[in-house]
Amino acid sequence: MLTAAIFLPIVGAALLALIPRNNESALKAAALLITAATTVITVALLVGFDFDDSGALQYETNSSWINVINSRYHIALDGISLPLLVLSAVITLLCVIYSWDHFPEPHNPKAFLILMLVLETGMNGTFAAQDLILFFVFFELVLLPMYFMIGVWGGPNRQYAAIKFFLYTLFGSALMILSFLALFFKGGQTFDIPELIQSASSISHGTQLLIFGGLFMGFAIKVPMFPFHTWLPDAHTEAPTVGSVILAAILLKLGTYGFIRIAIPILPEAAKSWAPWIGLLAVIGIIYGALGCLAQRDMKRLIAFSSVAHMGFVMLGIATLTDFGINAAVFGMVAHGLITGMLFFIAGSIQERFGTRELSRLGGLLLQAPRLGWILGFCVFASLGLPGLAGFWGEFPAILSAYQPAEGLNEATFRVYMAVAAIGTVFAAGYLLWMLQRVAFGTVKAEFEKSHIHDVHLPEYLAWTPLLVGILLFGIFPHLLFDITDAAVGVVTSGIDTAGGVAAGR
Amino acid sequence: MPFDPPSLDYHALAPEIILTLVLSLVLVLDLFLDHSRKWLLSNVAGFGLIAAMIPILSLALSGDDARSMVGGAYVVDNFALVLKALFLGVGYVVLLMSTNYVEEGDYYEGEFYFLLLCSLLGMVVMSSSRDLITIFVALETLSIPAYMLAGWRKRDLKSNEAALKYYLLGVLASAVMLYGMSLIYGFTGTTLLTEIGAQLQGSAAEAPLVTMAILFVIVGFAFKVSAVPFHAWAPDTYEGAPTPVTAFLSVASKTGGFVALLQLVFVGFFGRDDVWGPLFGILAALTMTVGNLIALRQTNIVRMLAYSSIAQAGYILVPLAVAGSNGGAAAQTAMTAAIVYLLVYAAMNLGAFAIVIAVARKTRSGEISSYGGLYEYAPGLAVLMTIFLFSLAGIPPLAGMWAKIFVFRAVLDAGTSWAVLLGVVAAVNSVIALFYYASIAREMWMSPVPDGDKTPIRVPPALVTALAITVAVVVGIGVYPQAFARFGDLASLIP
Repeated sequence: MLTAAIFLPIVGAALLALIPRNNESALKAAALLITAATTVITVALLVGFDFDDSGALQYETNSSWINVINSRYHIALDGISLPLLVLSAVITLLCVIYSWDHFPEPHNPKAFLILMLVLETGMNGTFAAQDLILFFVFFELVLLPMYFMIGVWGGPNRQYAAIKFFLYTLFGSALMILSFLALFFKGGQTFDIPELIQSASSISHGTQLLIFGGLFMGFAIKVPMFPFHTWLPDAHTEAPTVGSVILAAILLKLGTYGFIRIAIPILPEAAKSWAPWIGLLAVIGIIYGALGCLAQRDMKRLIAFSSVAHMGFVMLGIATLTDFGINAAVFGMVAHGLITGMLFFIAGSIQERFGTRELSRLGGLLLQAPRLGWILGFCVFASLGLPGLAGFWGEFPAILSAYQPAEGLNEATFRVYMAVAAIGTVFAAGYLLWMLQRVAFGTVKAEFEKSHIHDVHLPEYLAWTPLLVGILLFGIFPHLLFDITDAAVGVVTSGIDTAGGVAAGR
Repeated sequence: MPFDPPSLDYHALAPEIILTLVLSLVLVLDLFLDHSRKWLLSNVAGFGLIAAMIPILSLALSGDDARSMVGGAYVVDNFALVLKALFLGVGYVVLLMSTNYVEEGDYYEGEFYFLLLCSLLGMVVMSSSRDLITIFVALETLSIPAYMLAGWRKRDLKSNEAALKYYLLGVLASAVMLYGMSLIYGFTGTTLLTEIGAQLQGSAAEAPLVTMAILFVIVGFAFKVSAVPFHAWAPDTYEGAPTPVTAFLSVASKTGGFVALLQLVFVGFFGRDDVWGPLFGILAALTMTVGNLIALRQTNIVRMLAYSSIAQAGYILVPLAVAGSNGGAAAQTAMTAAIVYLLVYAAMNLGAFAIVIAVARKTRSGEISSYGGLYEYAPGLAVLMTIFLFSLAGIPPLAGMWAKIFVFRAVLDAGTSWAVLLGVVAAVNSVIALFYYASIAREMWMSPVPDGDKTPIRVPPALVTALAITVAVVVGIGVYPQAFARFGDLASLIP
């Protein structure tokens, strides 16, 4: 069934390729059906999941694939990958609904939907893969569709943004595959992640550090962490609305997920040596992203920089290497997916209505389209971490976890990080409220006074309601998610404690 | 002493014999067919190639081990069979690509197919040669027809230049190589690779001149596979030659050179990796980097593919560079990597050239800018070209990625710091390469049609078949690499 959740979209993409290009309604209906079916499957997986045993791998399939290099088709879900898989399926479905009758220029829904479905297979597969080579294939599978999505349907500067995105990520993944192969040869001739967790501890510390460095490059570029973030604002600004949403909501999570799934459990000792530096880059990212936001004049670019800051919180949580911090990080990933996905949807709708995203030209949205304005306000408050909404539970525990990092890490360093990150939340409130004020409050600018601005219409309601409900639900009942992730996170960090013991024994 | 005829295994020699018969038949038929019926020739050649495949299959299924002839100078083992099948397959695809090109260009049809088959015969012989003299004869058999094919467009100055450059540098390389071979013979007293291998690990290893001899032989083949700094002929030759011939040169002829290198390195010179290990390492790093950097600046698609094929040769040199380190610990993975790469490279590069031929039928241009908006009037070709280009760049889930993964695997299996450094160079290079491959994809998908002419391209059935074969290999292997990786394991040349 998990296999179906991964490959149904790409089979659907092949089917879509057979439908003639001008039969648009059939194309849209088919894409909707496929993504809806995928969502139903993932929800069924969610329902059938054994929550009492969420640390263990469930729905496991493990069959032979490429014997020559001893790589197996091994997929499974645990408490960390399950929420992300569901998020990925839901977001893709909502994107299909949202784009129902506004496909960006140059239109061509057929190619656009096919790319979206291929993307979904890549994302779902990455979250389920338990074999490094399989993980790599899915991880890379998302590159090509996203490249074309930005490059063909993007804004004026799309070609530059698309190739920049592609080159950055490819550079990281080239080093990542070298690290995977090094793990294979040093860690007992296997690509299986659970097996590597057992066997990789025999690798000498120096080699571990190098391998972790390669993995770090691969994942950190994807997250993206400062100073590898420069592709992100360009890609987000130029991408079509749906591309931005998928990029922010899912693609960035592939990087952080890679840290939690691969880098940390397999190489816990190296993770400890790297953690202070990861934490440092994370807090620089928080502050830098926030300051970057204050300097933006384009709404989408501002949200993109806010992503850099939010992913900084997630990475800070990961860098503490504690149960608490990584739980917060997973929550932060889901929350950021819901909230920032929503913000990009809204930015796209504003762009469509006003033909601009220039903050200086916008204003008085609450007067012209009050519902849209209120939804924007809701998301802004969620994004700045207002308690009671989902964003809070990603940010606040991550900051808190830095107070007491894993054993063996320097407490003083992490407490400084904590203080800096806390200042970052103040900045976040600053730039987000500034944006809300510019866009929603005030009076309508003269150039748009006469123009008729639609309020939220049906496809938008359909696409947004689940996200808004999710933000509220996880904000009020955070344990819904923490309960699923906690046991699985315990498995991830189990290596840290023993590694700490080893380090203390030396 | 009476002449003792060597006992021949006719089953093992059947592919070569069939090829010889077919190429003679093509030559004779050409004399008697009048102009309107010359098209028959390409069909005869095509069926001949398929017929030559049959004994290869039967040999592979017979399950026998190596069949050795002429005292070990000519061996038909799994290694030879896999590569013979590859050469015949490549020959068939090139034939499909050239059918309409040669017919419509009003070139000398009969001679074209005759020379193509001659060159293929040389390659098929090369796969079995385990003797310096046989290797040399095979090399000349495959090269001399290729020189003539490069100059096929007689009245075109560029084509003349292509042939002349190719010929002069090819002959120079042969001379250097022969000199090295004669030195090796002088020291070891044998031309058989296995015996050379034994001798070089024994007493003959001490002589400093042996080092020079090995260098000379390898440098001679470095010309053949157009490794930097011996690549200068390649771009001009590729640009000037007729496009199907360019495809043939960049795939088949290059593979021929690599096959010879594999046999020399893994059988003849294996004990002397202190000489060829660093040499291949330097060649590989230079070839990848220089090839890619110059490819970035090309505006003509054939020249770009020429430099890209130089860079691709660099990736194939990487496993050769690490094959001998750690006392040959990584020999098996290195061998697999090189052969897998050769097979994958053949499919994706031929596919890209088939598209170039198809598009040039309409645009009559080789400029990259003429690919603008290809997606709008020929979506099928644009999608296929995208697949081939991104496979060349090594993006999953296409065959090129597995080829690269196998190369990286060989590098890390060797595990020395030099090997890992070479792997990092290869990794960085694959990022550089993406830039120019993607720039063509960008033209096709994101740019407007330059002259606004959106009439669709009519692709002749032969080209469609060529495209179908190549794309099936590229995507098939990409999705299910297991089917294919078996070939790499079969090819166990290593003693």
